[in-house]
Amino acid sequence: MKVSLVTNILQANERIAEQNKRLFDEKGILAINIMSAPGAGKTTLIEQTIRTLKNEYRIAVIEGDIQSTHDADKIAATGVPVVQINTGGACHLDGNMISQTFDQFNFDAMDLLIIENVGNLVCPAEFNVGEDFKVMLLSVPEGDDKPMKYPLMFYESSALLINKIDLLPYVDCSIEKIRTESWQINPDLAIFEISAKQGEGVDAWLDWLKIKINEKANSK
Amino acid sequence: MHELSIVQNIIGIIQSELSKHNITRVKSISLRIGRMRQVVPDALFFAFECLSKDTPLEGAEVKIEDIPIKGRCRNCHHEFILENWQENCASCGENQMDIISGKELEIAEFEGT
Repeated sequence: MKVSLVTNILQANERIAEQNKRLFDEKGILAINIMSAPGAGKTTLIEQTIRTLKNEYRIAVIEGDIQSTHDADKIAATGVPVVQINTGGACHLDGNMISQTFDQFNFDAMDLLIIENVGNLVCPAEFNVGEDFKVMLLSVPEGDDKPMKYPLMFYESSALLINKIDLLPYVDCSIEKIRTESWQINPDLAIFEISAKQGEGVDAWLDWLKIKINEKANSK
Repeated sequence: MHELSIVQNIIGIIQSELSKHNITRVKSISLRIGRMRQVVPDALFFAFECLSKDTPLEGAEVKIEDIPIKGRCRNCHHEFILENWQENCASCGENQMDIISGKELEIAEFEGT
């Protein structure tokens, strides 16, 4: 017997992600899912973002890593609530892993939830976790061929932060090429050039993010 | 590595369908997978072989329909297949497009007895 299904293979995750999203929507919390290759500077960016915004907004962080609490320790030092998820080998976060952290947060005292995904340019793009949007970080030492090699990442993201631009004189990477090819995959992508470590360009990203946080808070 | 999660989900979905249709043995499974998903067929077949062991899906043939990435030009609405993302619209030369297919990740159907 033939059974016709036409079912999304990841429907189980989609359902949990939608439940998570409903909770964030009810509470007016902006949830962002930050993705990149390992070592692109996600944690440094998050630390910078927290330091600048924490007096204005109530921020919390979920850290995803295969192992260790290294990143959560760094975030904890900034004074905001943080929960570390160790995926124990899984190369991405999914909706269920996120919902399992919920009993450790007070969602009535939160404006922005930053979710740092596992460093990986393929799988995290496939699994929604309930975020309002995805943000991708690409550091210039990784090279300018990434949009063509990992298009789903660029397609799924709302913002692309080109990081470590202070290293541009030393690496073979064309920002122009990244911009052109990223916009070919996703014409609506907001692109920022930053150095999360030195602070260059970070203000433009934060201004953009603040607008999104305020919009979300007002939509409640 | 996402092939493993994908296969786990496929097996879960089909197992939940079996009793509804009185199927005890799955013979074949047809998937529709867009190229943007970057699924490696051999990795998927291998994951299926491992995870379907001792289930009614063991030994089933897994067929993948490979769906190309299709764009629609934002300027002239011409639709065309993208081979490597480098192409501009063949009709007007514009390089801004909306992706209209290539993201599929679906079970189309399965067959069993």
